[in-house]
Amino acid sequence: MIKEMFRKPTKWSVMKHLILKDIEDLIIGSLGIVAFISFFVGGVITIQTALNISNPLIPKYLVGFATRQSIILEFAPTFTSIIMAGKVGSFITSSIGTMRVTEQIDALEVMGINSLNYLIFPKTMALMLYPFAIAVGMFLGILGGMAACVFGGYTTLDDYILGLQTDFDSFHMIYAFIKTFIFAFVLATIPSFHGYYMKGGALEVGKASTTSFVWTAVVIILLNYILTDMLLG
Amino acid sequence: MIVVENLHKSFGDAHILKGISTVFDKGKTNLIIGQSGSGKTVFLKCLLGLFDYESGSISYDGKIFSQLSEDEKRDIRADIGMVFQGGALFDSMTIAENVMFPLRMFTKMSKSEMEDRVDFVLKRVNLSDAHHKMPSEASGGMQKRVAIARAIVNNPKYLFCDEPNSGLDPKTAIVIDNLIQEITDEYQIVTVVNSHDMNSVMEIGEKIVFLKDGHKAWEGSKETIFKTDNEVVTDFVYSSNLFKKVRRMYLDENQ
Repeated sequence: MIKEMFRKPTKWSVMKHLILKDIEDLIIGSLGIVAFISFFVGGVITIQTALNISNPLIPKYLVGFATRQSIILEFAPTFTSIIMAGKVGSFITSSIGTMRVTEQIDALEVMGINSLNYLIFPKTMALMLYPFAIAVGMFLGILGGMAACVFGGYTTLDDYILGLQTDFDSFHMIYAFIKTFIFAFVLATIPSFHGYYMKGGALEVGKASTTSFVWTAVVIILLNYILTDMLLG
Repeated sequence: MIVVENLHKSFGDAHILKGISTVFDKGKTNLIIGQSGSGKTVFLKCLLGLFDYESGSISYDGKIFSQLSEDEKRDIRADIGMVFQGGALFDSMTIAENVMFPLRMFTKMSKSEMEDRVDFVLKRVNLSDAHHKMPSEASGGMQKRVAIARAIVNNPKYLFCDEPNSGLDPKTAIVIDNLIQEITDEYQIVTVVNSHDMNSVMEIGEKIVFLKDGHKAWEGSKETIFKTDNEVVTDFVYSSNLFKKVRRMYLDENQ
């Protein structure tokens, strides 16, 4: 499917509009949910960490440190991607699956259009901007932690900021964005595969969306393990 | 002209098309008829290149489709207009955008030239005021007419229609049939219509291919179908009480 996606490309003037539309649908349309979840999960991580540090010998700035590490290394790239598998993945599977059921994909093929290139390539290109959404999630997660600290009184703002700066390793950011790029590709291709090759009617579109979510989540979790072992192990 | 020779198609153990041979002529409305499950849609999808077949050949004006390169197949497909059973209009586009789609994909026309062409074909199918409607806002008959407009916008040499009047009331069905007939005459194209509607047979069946269980059971025209003694065809044609009555009247008149 991936090889076929790059064969016989659609006219650039048409493709440009498709990519921009998919950026709007898949990336910009997801920023709200990513921002909301990241901000509050960042806050929760901070509260949980602060409440579990009962030993007075452990410095309070560790709250900021733990929040930063949790959000940059795992929450933003991996768990946001699983949430996106539900939102973006289901959208991709159901929209392509509906086109299959209503013969719109056959109509493209009869016209001599490479339907894989026309439908899946723009989504894959649009999702290459997915790391931007994850960067927003990282920023808002850390901001959410800061808000919880300040307004909840779990630690001081200075301690939190000191924790954010402690032992910062820039490779952790590179690691997070390598994962994000790979997850973006998974988010574009697995749901597209399930939508494009589905058979049946409206009921099967729903089933294909569910199956696509499960497989996307499973592949993301497995790749997360493999990539972490390869890059940090 | 489309020539089909000894076409065989199976899905696993199910042998769907069993050696069909026929010719579809230019400037004629060719009908493929038969009961549900007789292989009409599979035959049409083989003609369109959507299904591969095991043996036999399909040639478009002398070019055997299966022997062509991908680029040559694309050239032939650019000359094909197709009206799907459900219309297959793109949900995310307006009616005008749907009709303009083949022009955007395959021509180097300017935007104003494309708009003029879309105006012309929408007027041709009596939909001058529907440009900005979404497909979901259009009735079944309108959707079929938009699908016809999209199929002819790029001046195709071959027009295929899969049950173009299914789900339509009898009056709208006749309008669609007549439109297909007029377009075939006007542009001198090869038109192949897949149908099981006897009204269509009577209206536009200049050539009729009757399929039964994947075989070509009979071939003729709307003039000869009511005179044939082929039992398989008469069973199908006179399955409704209305046509049984028409036949009795015809026989009475001729005795």
